[in-house]
Parts: sequence; structure tokens; C-alpha cells
Amino acid sequence: MKRDRVIVVGAGHASAQLCVSLRQGGWDGEIALVGDEPSLPYQRPPLSKTFLHGTTTLTDLLIRGPDFYEKEDVTFRHARVTGIDREAGTVALDDGDALSYDRLVLCTGARPRPLDVPGADLAGVHALRDAADIEAIRGTLRTARRAVIVGAGYIGLEAAASLRKLGIEVAVLEVADRVLQRVTAPEVSAFYDRVHREEGVDLRTGVGVAGFEGDWHVRAVRLTDGAEIPADLVVVGVGVLPNVELARDAGLAVENGIVVDEHGRTDDPRIFAAGDCANHYDARYGTRMRLECVANALEHAKAIAGAICGKGKPISALPWFWSDQYDLKLQIAGLSTGHDEVVLRGNPDVGRSFACFYLADGRLIAADCVNRPKEFMFSKRAITQELSPDRVLLADPDTPLVSLLQTPARSAR
Amino acid sequence: MGTITFVEHDGTPHQVELEDGTSLMELATNNGVPGIDGDCGGEASCGTCHVMVDDAWIATTGTRTELESQMVEMSPECGPNSRLACQLRATPALDGLTVHLPEFQM
Repeated sequence: MKRDRVIVVGAGHASAQLCVSLRQGGWDGEIALVGDEPSLPYQRPPLSKTFLHGTTTLTDLLIRGPDFYEKEDVTFRHARVTGIDREAGTVALDDGDALSYDRLVLCTGARPRPLDVPGADLAGVHALRDAADIEAIRGTLRTARRAVIVGAGYIGLEAAASLRKLGIEVAVLEVADRVLQRVTAPEVSAFYDRVHREEGVDLRTGVGVAGFEGDWHVRAVRLTDGAEIPADLVVVGVGVLPNVELARDAGLAVENGIVVDEHGRTDDPRIFAAGDCANHYDARYGTRMRLECVANALEHAKAIAGAICGKGKPISALPWFWSDQYDLKLQIAGLSTGHDEVVLRGNPDVGRSFACFYLADGRLIAADCVNRPKEFMFSKRAITQELSPDRVLLADPDTPLVSLLQTPARSAR
Repeated sequence: MGTITFVEHDGTPHQVELEDGTSLMELATNNGVPGIDGDCGGEASCGTCHVMVDDAWIATTGTRTELESQMVEMSPECGPNSRLACQLRATPALDGLTVHLPEFQM
């Protein structure tokens, strides 16, 4: 008897979670994973850290080992999907094959936004997204002396921290007037600005890149203010573009990502999209959003697996993020968009540990926690429970956080 | 080389083969144990691999670190033997270990 088949396009965090959740949800049909990278799904966050330093291998980073896929009867194929025929229910592969699907999940991710300036294609100018990018950067580290990072978002700042750790001179350029501008409060930006300077980074904000100089290999970065910084390694981290072309060419709705409902379903009931490429409706925040983080990819995958297995549970988990730089462990709970007030616990101007809580109408909606795991876990709970903690107590280091949680009654067990 | 047993909150046991040097979180996820997520991949960042070590074993596994404490103590299910499975490395000495899972990972 022919078994139904789920095809998962792309092999990242969402894809691995789909394999897990589909089997846990009772899917006993085929699962075919098609990825355009040669590897099974691997952890991306360590790429800019331990993988760049060469202390972990790609095998170490596999989200699940090869045994898992074998045991769970998941096939992996290294190929690029070039088109979707919705009427026939097939996808075309770049090796000329076509595969039929009963359910299709697009986990196509995102690609680094290219920097459109002269010299961007010189050798020594790198993006930072997948293992191959890092392997290319790693190949230059033995001789690299001066690195320039373009973009002071999380990717850029993590790369800066990693390269400093290797003793390489690092300059970071940011076109906005502060680091992490898109995602954090000015207090948090000021903290990261200070720490990177303390670690020896030449940090320049409010300045853009006019071009890269060099014959075949980059030797300097020319800035919009006329300055020139010598560089033998450039890492560009100026955001990503969602990979929506497959979906768009197939006639699916696309708007800042592939448009999906709260179950991850596109406007074709047999096709879903998960992770960085998907734009979902979020009931908690009452808006559509496209997030670029592991937790979001996992939550999408779980919701989609539920929908495919007939046990639909909408996308509902609180988004969260993390970023490791130097000795800083930043954990972020929730989304701060729309906050009207910031409450600090600890002092970001001194030392390296504090939490920044974001409130809207008195309600806690997000928190940036630097070396404050307790504040992070508190925030996860408090945001989920829609609490409005007292501002003064929230800021008071002597008030135990647990006292600010109105723990709901739990059933006796 | 031995086994480790993960017991779900509803009492369902999952016996998995012990692999020396692998974290308990990886052992659980690679063997499809439900109730251990390990979303951050083992960096003690997410707190989704909370387990409770059987009393008889806590001397062998050791108690949780300060970082783990900060992560798990906000869970209403935190107990004296709560640990993060990603911070527990399997060794032959842990052959026969049983850990219990909370009802909810945070």
C-alpha cells in the first residue's frame, strides 16, 4: 500500500523538529527531508562561536544524530528544490527528479542580505549564515590580522566577540546611531557598546560602508565619512532576506515571508511553512510577524506537525532568543515592540549583569537579561501569565522575583 | 555500556543506552524521549531539559551548579535534585541512573 508522504524542504532547526514532532504525533507515513546543504540539520547558533574557533565539528552540532533519522524512518536527500507543482502535488529537484507529496513543509530559511557596494565580491568579504560560510572564514584565520564587521546586530557582535577572542583586531561598523538598535532599548545598546569597547573593539556607529578596496582580495574598507580602515577579513551581517521564491513562484501568498495561519498553513491546505521564511499570525501580540530565531522555528514545526497529525495546537509559545558574547550570556524573553516603559534591575553602566524589563501599559511584555538566568526564567513565566509586576519591586534587587509571580493554583498531585 | 532511564511525569519509563561523554539531554532527544526539548542545543540557555535525579543517585551525579539553579529555581516543579540534563554528562558510573521529568518544561 502506498504510504502518504511529507516532504520537508530545507534542513534546519524547524526541519529537525518536524521529524521529531511528526513521529511523536503519530505520523506513520514517509518523511522526506530535502536539503541544499550536504549535512543533516545542525545547530546554527554555535557557528559563530565554537565552530568558528574550531573547537566543535559539524558532527558535534547535528541536532539529531544520523541514527535518529534511521530509527525514525526519515530519508535525507541532498538536493535543491527548484519548483512546486501544486496541481500534480510534486516538487522538482535540481538533479532532474520529481517527488510527490501529500503534505509539503517549506523550511527554506533566509539568506544574508547582500551589501550593494563596490568591492562586495572581493575575496575576504564573507557572509555569516551557514557552515560553509564559517568554514570559509576559518580558512583565513591563520593569517587574518584585522577584521571589519559590517553591522552591529547580534550576528555582527557575536562575530566581533569571537574574533577578538582569537586575538584579531576588530572594527565594527553600524549605520544606525547605536548597536542593536532594531531590537533593544538604548540602555542595553549602551551596555553592549561599552563592553565591546572594553574588549578592544573599534566600534563606529552612524557610519556606512562606501565600498571595499583591493585588487582581488579585500585590503581596506572605505566608509561613507571618508575614512578608510585596513582589513584582511570582512564579515557582513546586515540582516537576512526570507527565501520565499519557491512559494511565490507556486502562487502562494508572500508578504515579508510566506504567509501562514496560526497552524503554519499557507493558503494551500497541503502546504505549510516554518521558521525564518514564514510569517505567522500571533495571537499573543495580535499581529503578523516573521521572526529569525531557533525557538520560533521549533514552535512553528510543532504546530505544523500537530496540524498534519490532526492534533492542531496553534503557534502560541512565547518567542525567546539568546546571544553569547565574551562572558555575557544574553537571554531575551518575548518581543519588546510596542513597549512604553523600561525597568532596570541591576546597573548596565557598571559590571556585566543586569536585566532590562519592557512594559506596555504596566504589563510585562519582554526582558533582556544579561548574565541573569533567573530574571529570564521569571520573565518567561510572568509574560506568559500576563502579569503586571510592581515597577519598584521589579527594580529592587532585594525583592525575590518569585514573590512577584502570582502562581496560579495547580491541581493537587 | 549500560542504560539510563527517563521517567515521564505520567510514569512512562524510557530506557536509553548510555553513551559515554554524551549529555543526558542529547541522549534523551536522540532517543525521542518526550518531555525533554533541549531547544538551545545544550548551552543551559533555555531551561527545557529540566530533570529530577533520583535521591539514590544525587551523590554520583552531583548537585546542580549555580547557573543551573538560576535556570530551574523559577520552575514551580523545582526540587532539591533538579538539574538541567544538558549539564549532566553520561559516564559509565551513571549506568542504571533514573531521572524524572517535570510535567512542564518552562
